[in-house]
Amino acid sequence: MALSREQVAMRVAQELQDGYYVNLGIGIPTLVANYVPKGIEVMLQSENGLLGMGPYPTEAELDADMINAGKETVTAIKGAAIFSSAESFAMIRGGHVDLTVLGAFEVDQNGNIASWMIPGKLVKGMGGAMDLVAGAQNIVVTMTHADKYGNSKLLESCSLPLTGVGCVKKIVTDLAVLEVRNGAFHLLERAPGITVEEIQQKTAGKLVVDGEIPEMVFN
Amino acid sequence: MAGFNKVVHSYEDAMAGLQDGMTVIAGGFGLCGIPEGLIAQIKKMGTTDLTVVSNNCGVDGFGLGILLEDRQIKKMVASYVGENALFEKQLLSGELEVELTPQGTLAEKMRAGGAGIPAFFTATGYGTPVAEGKETREINGRNYVLEPAITGDFAIVRAWKADRYGNLVFRHTSMNFNPMAATAGKITVAEVEEIVEPGELEPSQIHTPGIYVQRVIKGNFEKRIERRMVQQG
Repeated sequence: MALSREQVAMRVAQELQDGYYVNLGIGIPTLVANYVPKGIEVMLQSENGLLGMGPYPTEAELDADMINAGKETVTAIKGAAIFSSAESFAMIRGGHVDLTVLGAFEVDQNGNIASWMIPGKLVKGMGGAMDLVAGAQNIVVTMTHADKYGNSKLLESCSLPLTGVGCVKKIVTDLAVLEVRNGAFHLLERAPGITVEEIQQKTAGKLVVDGEIPEMVFN
Repeated sequence: MAGFNKVVHSYEDAMAGLQDGMTVIAGGFGLCGIPEGLIAQIKKMGTTDLTVVSNNCGVDGFGLGILLEDRQIKKMVASYVGENALFEKQLLSGELEVELTPQGTLAEKMRAGGAGIPAFFTATGYGTPVAEGKETREINGRNYVLEPAITGDFAIVRAWKADRYGNLVFRHTSMNFNPMAATAGKITVAEVEEIVEPGELEPSQIHTPGIYVQRVIKGNFEKRIERRMVQQG
């Protein structure tokens, strides 16, 4: 079975390490915050200027001056820091954020990512995505392996305008976990019940399958 | 506005000198930390052909979105737009020009503009449509794009507290783009929640030193919330 959105988030959460500074994009990446493994501490960075993002506020805590990068009201945890947008992107661009998780329309075997613009459709903007992919030490992309028509989103070469070049390290899809290196997708894990053949069939770019591919394990 | 007393008492005085065709840099992220009253004053003045530099362009009927109603904005420089139907309409009809700029690059362009740095190299946007037509350079094995700084005829910002010297303190995440915007205006106007006596702001806790600020006005803010999220319990 293909993974649900929550299961993709649960699998991405296994990438978190104790002491990590993490930026989570909008959508599935946001859900990752719900599955931080027990016993480890991570600090969530929100690019509008908050390090140490907490959960949504209660009615009593609600404050218009306290939002996240998705413009949602949030709280700050104890030990949080608040700063300007320039400071925020100095952290991001300067490589101080350990892990960025974001969605994409397409990725390719050279680690290029397209996530902000579909020609012919209204372009709303890249927000902070280009800065994040250019700056983070480690980038994990979450996406469905193929679109609703079955067309692969893991390509030899992205067809849409890029967000960044050669930056994607790891991809967690509804079917698989893959690593991008040396100009190919390397299959690391399969979703429970998904065959290597199905993943091969839905991966348009170069796919390396080395030995026995284990199923993902969820606790 | 004698000497170091930068406090003005009307929005007319706050935005005096704004003319057609000028560039206005505005602080704020979404609707958070926007100078609501100064934007309303620009609408009232009817100034047109403005280039507005801001991370976003408000929503229909609020924030910078109200400047679209009478087509006062000629060009918008922003990282993310289209939270408003009117924006989309004017963009598609060609009445409005948009320069989409990565968020971190936009913040740094303002910072550089205020700090006297004419341009800077950044890896952000290399190999993407953002880099088209711009100088690129390989430095230590990585490719970078040359991005020019931004300055404005006016900068309009929202702060929490100010004194008559123009020293500013921002509240929570309403800080966002405001400190950089404040440095990059020839005339920087701060609309604030509270004006305090000199000395009440702890010198080492001031976010924007008064040297960057020409005018201060006490505002009244609606502080509209764009995406209201609460947890039960």
